[in-house]
Amino acid sequence: MVEVNLWSSLKRFTGGELVVTVEATTVGEMLDALVAAHPGLRPFIEKGVSVAVDREMVSGRHAPIKPGSEVYLIQQLKGG
Amino acid sequence: MNMRVIDTKFRLVGTRPNRPDGLDKVTGRARYGADFSLPGMLWGAVVRSPHAHARILKIDASEALALDGVKAVVTRADFPTGLTGEDWNLQENTMAGDVALYDGHAVAAVAAASALLAQDAARRIKVEYEVLPHVIDVDDAIKPGAPAIRPGSGDHSVPPQEGVHPDMVRHNVVRNIEFGHGDVEEGFAQADLVMERTYKTEATHQGYIEPHACVGQMGEDGKGEMWVCTQGQWFIRRMCAAVLGTDAAQLRVTPSEIGGGFGGKTTIFMEPLALALSRKAGGRPVKIVMSRSEVLRATGPTASASMDVKIGMKKDGAMTAARAEFRMQGGAFPGAPVDLALYCAFAAYKIPAVEHVGYDVLANRPKCAAYRAPGAPMGAFAVESLIDDMCRELGLDPIEARLKNAVREGDKSSYGPTFGKIGLVETLEAVRKHPNYSAPLGPNQGRGVATGYWFNHGGETSVSLAISEDGTAQVSIGTPDIGGTRSSIGLMVAETLGIPYENVRVNVVETGALGVNEPTHGSRATFASGKAAVIAAQQAIGEMCKRAAGEWGIDPEAVEWYDGAARPAGSNAGKFPPMTIVEIARKMGSTGGPISGHHESVPDGVGNSFGTHVVDVEVDPETGRTTVLRYLVAQDAGRAIHPSYVEGQFQGGAAQGIGWALNEEYVYGSDGRLQNSVFLDYRVPVASDLPPIDTIIVEVPNPGHPYGVRGVGETGITPPLPAIANAIAAATGVRLRHLPMTPPKVLAAIKARADG
Repeated sequence: MVEVNLWSSLKRFTGGELVVTVEATTVGEMLDALVAAHPGLRPFIEKGVSVAVDREMVSGRHAPIKPGSEVYLIQQLKGG
Repeated sequence: MNMRVIDTKFRLVGTRPNRPDGLDKVTGRARYGADFSLPGMLWGAVVRSPHAHARILKIDASEALALDGVKAVVTRADFPTGLTGEDWNLQENTMAGDVALYDGHAVAAVAAASALLAQDAARRIKVEYEVLPHVIDVDDAIKPGAPAIRPGSGDHSVPPQEGVHPDMVRHNVVRNIEFGHGDVEEGFAQADLVMERTYKTEATHQGYIEPHACVGQMGEDGKGEMWVCTQGQWFIRRMCAAVLGTDAAQLRVTPSEIGGGFGGKTTIFMEPLALALSRKAGGRPVKIVMSRSEVLRATGPTASASMDVKIGMKKDGAMTAARAEFRMQGGAFPGAPVDLALYCAFAAYKIPAVEHVGYDVLANRPKCAAYRAPGAPMGAFAVESLIDDMCRELGLDPIEARLKNAVREGDKSSYGPTFGKIGLVETLEAVRKHPNYSAPLGPNQGRGVATGYWFNHGGETSVSLAISEDGTAQVSIGTPDIGGTRSSIGLMVAETLGIPYENVRVNVVETGALGVNEPTHGSRATFASGKAAVIAAQQAIGEMCKRAAGEWGIDPEAVEWYDGAARPAGSNAGKFPPMTIVEIARKMGSTGGPISGHHESVPDGVGNSFGTHVVDVEVDPETGRTTVLRYLVAQDAGRAIHPSYVEGQFQGGAAQGIGWALNEEYVYGSDGRLQNSVFLDYRVPVASDLPPIDTIIVEVPNPGHPYGVRGVGETGITPPLPAIANAIAAATGVRLRHLPMTPPKVLAAIKARADG
């Protein structure tokens, strides 16, 4: 199981939970599981989010997540 | 005085060879966007709305089309319908539909045999408008009852306003974000001092020297080419294809040399118009070169901001809680960088409880584009100004107070994830030791300190490397060189291959030559293209070891690469003299064919970067004019591949920040028209405005890059706005909370204090 930290505005779509637990071994599985459990998150995830796993911004759906990993969803990052 | 904190032990990395583009640039041979011309080429000109908000009733191009030499006119009717999301935003910004949304919004374009004829024809295109109410200021735009720019365009993040009277609906809020941790009210209750203030910044332009320019050619079959000044040729390809309804792979985009971008050239503006005109003019190429006025009126400035910040602090400087609410307008389209501003606002500090709230707001202004660390400078202005006031109130040294709260490796960031290896403390300690921090100050002089942060970015990256027949190497990258990447990548590849720097040529190539590359944005080019180039070089080395092994008749695993040559790995591998890259390359046609390396990925291991600035100013109490006396930048570069370019990025960030802090702003009349659309009136700093800018390159190597690189392009513009505001406050005793801090504003503040 993986604990996913969301940003506070998403609590509206998770029954007030800021940390959501899902079954996942990769970033893709984690995002799919989030949408399955909380369909209101779909437009946010489809628009694109950045994901931080164990201190690093990870780059794709296949990036592994270990049990106990620190996982944060962040609004999509870009730059100038 | 320029200093480096850590020396390196590399052969080439960390040295300062001549830049590869230097001779071309000083002799005028470098080819910029406006330098491209083709046989049979037409010139394009754009008709732009003179109104901030107006319904387009009728467009009559008959008089223009009657001119001899006018070949095509396009309006929105020539573009496909049915686009959604950001594709629709791009199309709408390229060419207005039913409504012009800002002064300068394109409403038609014309192609003719000469530039003068195209401009004359554009003037003869008659557009009838119904002027609509407009709104410019972000706080006005967010008010209930403000003119609704695009009703219903709020996205899924905006909470429904059910039960609210229609007159009270906030139409222009299109995006909302909230995040944080801890109990902020409890944190404020524990503080010895709680302060809350409101800050505002005005929109500023990236101010690149080279205006947007392109030549576009497209036939009726949808096949096309474009030569364009851009930070990202694949973005140009994808966005133009989306706006025009063509296939991306049928458009080949070649980037020119680039005269500055700073984020403003990561998107499209008039490029689809050149292609649409070309398609309508029988496939003849069409060139469009923007004037400075068009650049300022119709290309991306940054957002303007209105920000409330509240901080609680103990007497010893420890922060107990913080709250920020930022409102930003990014023009008549969603996309103000309010989220990024909030993520960076408190990133430098370990605070037990933090709350962030942000609103992305529409206004009748041009669609904002990225500008160097988008949003972060504005947020830093608010937070670092308030911290400075609190330090003065509590009698604390500004660097000691920041060190007290500074994040270190293993600390949770204000936005959630735990920091890896970072160098904030090192930048603070470096400026504290620098002679500038103890230089004596005279009357009307003051010193300001501020810290800033930027994430940096990896991004889609594809690089190719080929060994030439003479043992030199050619590298193809997809990230246009706006900050010295050809040089830094050349150094890293030469270091890896063990050959002279002069034996490597790095080319920025067109879209047909590589897989998709994101633009040079997010301070990613030296990190991402550099990392990919090193991996590609290692691939080529593996192949060269294999070729040597074949010649020697031994296992490839028994060959190692050192100092530009293959060598047997230990005495058991056999006794053979080193086989140099030149010897291997000469024979490659008969030992297996070309030798190359490729790497495609979204590189992991991005290293974020902190910087601390110290600035001394003198304020003339008679005129309010601020003179910057000395300026010091310390920033964590991870490792400086070519220190001169790194110092240049630091100094450039400070220079742009000085302009943003003291002079630059978009000034609108009551009619919503931009009043200062030329450089005479929109005042960027010139050489005489700038002091010597000293630099300290702090090197806390990024473990995610083979040479330790962190991006350095953006962090440098995050501290200048508050650093200068803090210095002015120290010099005058008055605090300015609304940028820019022009002489009239500073003088008025000084007089207001004197008048009590």
